[in-house]
Amino acid sequence: MAAIYIDDQAYKADPKQNLLHACLSLGFNLPYFCWHPAMGSVGACRQCAVKQFQDEKDTRGRIVMACMTPAADGTRISIEDQEAVAFRAGVIEGMMINHPHDCPVCDEGGHCHLQDMTVMTGHDYRRYSFLKRTFRNQYLGPLVNHEMNRCIQCYRCVRFYREYAGGRDFDVFGLRDQVYFGRQNEGVLENEFSGNLVEVCPTGVFTDKTLKRHYARKWDMQMAPSVCVHCGLGCNITPGERYGILRQIVTRYNREVNGYFLCDRGRYGYEFVNSSHRIRQAGIAGEKNTASRTKVDVIQRLSSLVVPGAKVIGIGSPRASLESNFLLRTLVGPEHFYAGVDDHQYRLALTMLDILRTGPSRSPSLREVELSDAVLILGEDVTNVAPRMALSLRQSVRQQPMQVIDKMRIPPWDDHAVRHVLQDAKGPLFVASPAATRLDDVATRTYRASPDDVARLGFGIANALDDAAPAVPDLPGDLRTLVDQIATALKNARRPLVISGPGCNNEAVIQAAANVARALYTARLPATLSFTTPECNSFGLALMAPAPLSQAFAAVRDGAANVVVILENDLYRRLPAHLVDEFLNSVSQVVVLDHLQTRTTERASLVLPAATFAEADGTLVSSEGRAQRFYQVFVPDGDIRASWHWLRDAIAIARSPAPTWEHIDDVIAAMARDIPALAMVPKAAPSGSFRIWGEKVPREPHRYSGRTAMHANIDVHEPKPPDDPDTPLSFSMEGTPEQPPGALIPFFWSPGWNSIQATNFYQSEIAGPLREGDPGVRLIEPARDATGEYYVHIPNAFARQSHEWLLVPLYHIFGSEELSLVSSGIAELAPKPYVALSADDAESLGLRPGEAVRIHLDNIAYRLPVVINKDLPSGVAGLPIGVPPLTGIHLPAYSTLLPDREYSKTP
Amino acid sequence: MEKPLTKNIPPNGDGPLPLTAYEKAGGYESVRKALNASPATITDLVTKAKLRGRGGAGFSTGMKWSFVPMGKDAPHPKYLLANADEMEPGTFKDRLLLEGDPHQLIEGMIVAAYAIQADIAYIFLRAEYTLAAKRLSRAIAEAYEKHYLGRNILGSGYSLEIYLHVSAGRYMCGEETGLLNALEGKRANPRSKPPFPPIAGLWGKPTIVQNVETLCNLPHIINNGPQWFTSLSLTADGGTKLYGASGKVKRPGLWELPMGTTIREILEGHAGGMRDGVKLRGLLPGGASTDFLTEQHLDVRMDFREVQKAGSRLGTGTMIVLDDQTCPVGMVWNLERFFSQESCGWCTPCWSGLNWAERILRAMEEGRGQMGDLEKLEFQTKFNAPGHTFCALAPGAMEPLQSALKYFHADFEQHIREHRCPWR
Repeated sequence: MAAIYIDDQAYKADPKQNLLHACLSLGFNLPYFCWHPAMGSVGACRQCAVKQFQDEKDTRGRIVMACMTPAADGTRISIEDQEAVAFRAGVIEGMMINHPHDCPVCDEGGHCHLQDMTVMTGHDYRRYSFLKRTFRNQYLGPLVNHEMNRCIQCYRCVRFYREYAGGRDFDVFGLRDQVYFGRQNEGVLENEFSGNLVEVCPTGVFTDKTLKRHYARKWDMQMAPSVCVHCGLGCNITPGERYGILRQIVTRYNREVNGYFLCDRGRYGYEFVNSSHRIRQAGIAGEKNTASRTKVDVIQRLSSLVVPGAKVIGIGSPRASLESNFLLRTLVGPEHFYAGVDDHQYRLALTMLDILRTGPSRSPSLREVELSDAVLILGEDVTNVAPRMALSLRQSVRQQPMQVIDKMRIPPWDDHAVRHVLQDAKGPLFVASPAATRLDDVATRTYRASPDDVARLGFGIANALDDAAPAVPDLPGDLRTLVDQIATALKNARRPLVISGPGCNNEAVIQAAANVARALYTARLPATLSFTTPECNSFGLALMAPAPLSQAFAAVRDGAANVVVILENDLYRRLPAHLVDEFLNSVSQVVVLDHLQTRTTERASLVLPAATFAEADGTLVSSEGRAQRFYQVFVPDGDIRASWHWLRDAIAIARSPAPTWEHIDDVIAAMARDIPALAMVPKAAPSGSFRIWGEKVPREPHRYSGRTAMHANIDVHEPKPPDDPDTPLSFSMEGTPEQPPGALIPFFWSPGWNSIQATNFYQSEIAGPLREGDPGVRLIEPARDATGEYYVHIPNAFARQSHEWLLVPLYHIFGSEELSLVSSGIAELAPKPYVALSADDAESLGLRPGEAVRIHLDNIAYRLPVVINKDLPSGVAGLPIGVPPLTGIHLPAYSTLLPDREYSKTP
Repeated sequence: MEKPLTKNIPPNGDGPLPLTAYEKAGGYESVRKALNASPATITDLVTKAKLRGRGGAGFSTGMKWSFVPMGKDAPHPKYLLANADEMEPGTFKDRLLLEGDPHQLIEGMIVAAYAIQADIAYIFLRAEYTLAAKRLSRAIAEAYEKHYLGRNILGSGYSLEIYLHVSAGRYMCGEETGLLNALEGKRANPRSKPPFPPIAGLWGKPTIVQNVETLCNLPHIINNGPQWFTSLSLTADGGTKLYGASGKVKRPGLWELPMGTTIREILEGHAGGMRDGVKLRGLLPGGASTDFLTEQHLDVRMDFREVQKAGSRLGTGTMIVLDDQTCPVGMVWNLERFFSQESCGWCTPCWSGLNWAERILRAMEEGRGQMGDLEKLEFQTKFNAPGHTFCALAPGAMEPLQSALKYFHADFEQHIREHRCPWR
């Protein structure tokens, strides 16, 4: 540590950091704009100016930019120096020349970094008497709003979009005070992380377009720490609610997981919570009159179906919390609890878990992914299945080239200096997948092949790294070269990473990835192994080891079950419709707990309105193996309750002796006792009895307005805030003013820092862990004495069939995931169903883009327009899985492709 | 008096010497000499010659070269760049060299490139210099034909490729690091230093950027030795200098004179003094981004140190003369309009301040000046001081303004008081 002097007081600082980082880490209010903790310094805005002195005798000093000056030992600076203070006010004055005074009607108002910094510098009087410059705004798609007149030219947006996120369709144009940030032509932003512009922009140039439709100020929103449910990564989010409407999602910093950023699916997928298709009242088939029915009636009804002796089975869900799954398991008994995914997907999840728990390789956090210096991706289109990880991988390719900057004595935070030195140099990243991926632009090499061939490549690499790994027979010569190139790159790395997952729906791909990681481990390299998971609790469900779904179907067929309770699951998205129909037709009672009306709820005899992530507490296990708690944001209208609440109450009636479970902690404790793999879950967050000086943590900011008025149409008396017996959070603005531990931070705010930049003051140091640690607890660690064996079953090379195509799943960040597709913006960006073919294959069939073909899967015919995907191997076709009607199908599968001219004529 | 830089330039504006005539006049002799010596020897000669950069900053050329990594492990390709983006208002010295003797520049570039063992050289040329572009292209082709350029130059084993790059036309492209970005196809924003270009410049590789006039001096230093070079000068800095004068002088023009010639000699001797009927009020000694000097400074020697002592900068050495029939406020407005236009928009003091200053000056000229405007202008001159901004553009822009406020304060006040420009 270095000793630095700030206004003649000695402090400790990290000499590898800059002075702005040091000052903010020490809690000083030093304003800034262009610097960003994840993107480093560029020295553009000049806002963080301080006075630097040569030594204690130097009384003149000179103005320096804190962000561009190392916190070297002995550095003496003054923040309070009058010249520095005046200079910082001058910078704001310069920005305010053109900034419109539209705060009252600006969506950013109240969480605007520019507002905060303006107040902080004390600039309050306008001396500029000429016209402001104005711009024309652009339509940037359904997610991000553009208002360029507010721009202060800090360049953060373009740095994030182009340099950090790799986008190409957004840039900076013009010069002097007319710099314009936008697209060359109006249009939808192409980058999957465009929503971060909303947070990266220090003012209201880029704002959340979905928030605009149901706007509330940050200070007027009720918020709680939460976890994204739209993929398996478990990004931490802060949802905000007012008047029973979920208004927006912003990033909740977790250094180990998502850091400062989210993907657009995570940020904008929330609108299903507000959907008109929500199930808000319990429904009993055949009963129309719901008005007089109480929750108790419904629970009675449920309990009556599951009394001892009834032949009840439960189907769990990879998108429901551990608690809900566990209580369903408890209600029906572990032997009657089934995985709510198709057998093959479930088997892959078990295989991945087994590899991570018995093998030698550790699953990395996203931060560790970012620090990896050589990456092999086997079979995954990361950007579309685990989007936030793709952003980390974009940073990982800088790790190897970054090694030179040390020698050149360029600090890593000096972002543009580093970029000027590195230019286009990229470290090793190899992508093997059936089709093009959105990471190919930073890949060293890509390999396009069928899933089996992707697996063979992986097996070959493992063998090249370690002779003991099985060899791949008849690997062609050019592939041999690629195998050697990848093996060498991984071997020469300090922190190699292998990524795979269930994307190809191919177990050999996963096993090949395990072999590569094992081979690296044998070569004494600390390789990490990351598997993506398709849903927010895929691993959580698999850790409970339910029986496969086909056995549930068998149990019903055999007459061993006649009541089925389905938890937060639309079986029609899991399996072909005729199988689900047959299953549901064969039982006498179908109970479904879910958020939205689905084909499955249509078949239910009893529907229970299940709370979404925003209306419930619960725990999810991410693909890293991290158990993370999400907290209820608001109390919903109607009968909506957390699934585990419904199930708990049913158990209390139906079971005798009934367990005395009151709160979530009781459920978690029972679960941790019952299921050894989940023993650590109680450590994911503080218990419900946690208090700070006897007080709860308020979900509402202290400026929350209108609480006496908002119910005045019902009662002029202010209602008592709802109780929250489960958690240390209160549905109120009252409570501790202190900072809670990481897992309990409902929103980031610090005096003078109303924007999300207040995150700075919750970290142990800037961009470091949250104070008291980053939220979550890892449930999955490699075996300490990992012995294990290589997988030896190597699939045969793919051989093109003469009349059939191998249909592989293609994923879409917008479209493949069920719940986010309900958001209108996401739906707008989702593709229409199609079948993708290579240009040659299309030509051989005499098909042109847009023409229709007929495919057959599970005896169902689909007519789909052709899309040319030049990267698909010959004999392989792709389908956008999850995009209706392409749900409930099992891929890869073979099908003929029959041109359907008649269909083509219809629009 | 020797005039090495301009001796081959036809005085009547005729085209440059063809290569054979240039060679006959001793052209490319320095390349032969240099290729027979070690790179270190060349750098040493240039250091001893006390050659300082003629682009305005006056950094020691030899010292700059010494920062370039040399030897087996040095990164390659290394680059030599000729900064021919002469866009400083009032400056037209490089144009003469480019149009009048392109081979001299190429010869100097080969010498410099050899000294730093550069593989590739670029001439970054101002967009408007179309005649120079034509003549340079031709000269480069001639030099390639005679194996002064290309692979294995004159059998020495040393290779160098030269490319002419015509700028898209922005003042910022003339800034050393803005030029690097422009050449890479990026916005011509300045870069942060370190890394300095000799360590990591163009495409991240070691790069030396030199002004045209600097490079043109090199053949003569190699041919005649450092002692001869320093003896050309009247002061501590070596060589001759191209001095110019524009404004209402009798003979505006450009002259190669010993470094350290006084302002008076240039103005009265070579430019013939002020036109009849006008009197000198002040002058910008080295282009638009230098402080005004006045009559009291006429005996200042035009070299780097002496002009600085007088409160201004030598800059490019081409002076703009202000007379008593021209409005100083209008002149400064004109300059600030240029600088404000050319701000790259990177750092706040520059993009916000230059525009503001320009508008205030325009308002004064149009009779809309207000009490308090002078304080705002004074504020901008301090706000945009060196070190406060990312590069030297805005501090340079403030130099004529701050000195005008000092020397012509009454004129500014008169504009505000009378709500008009007294010269209109």
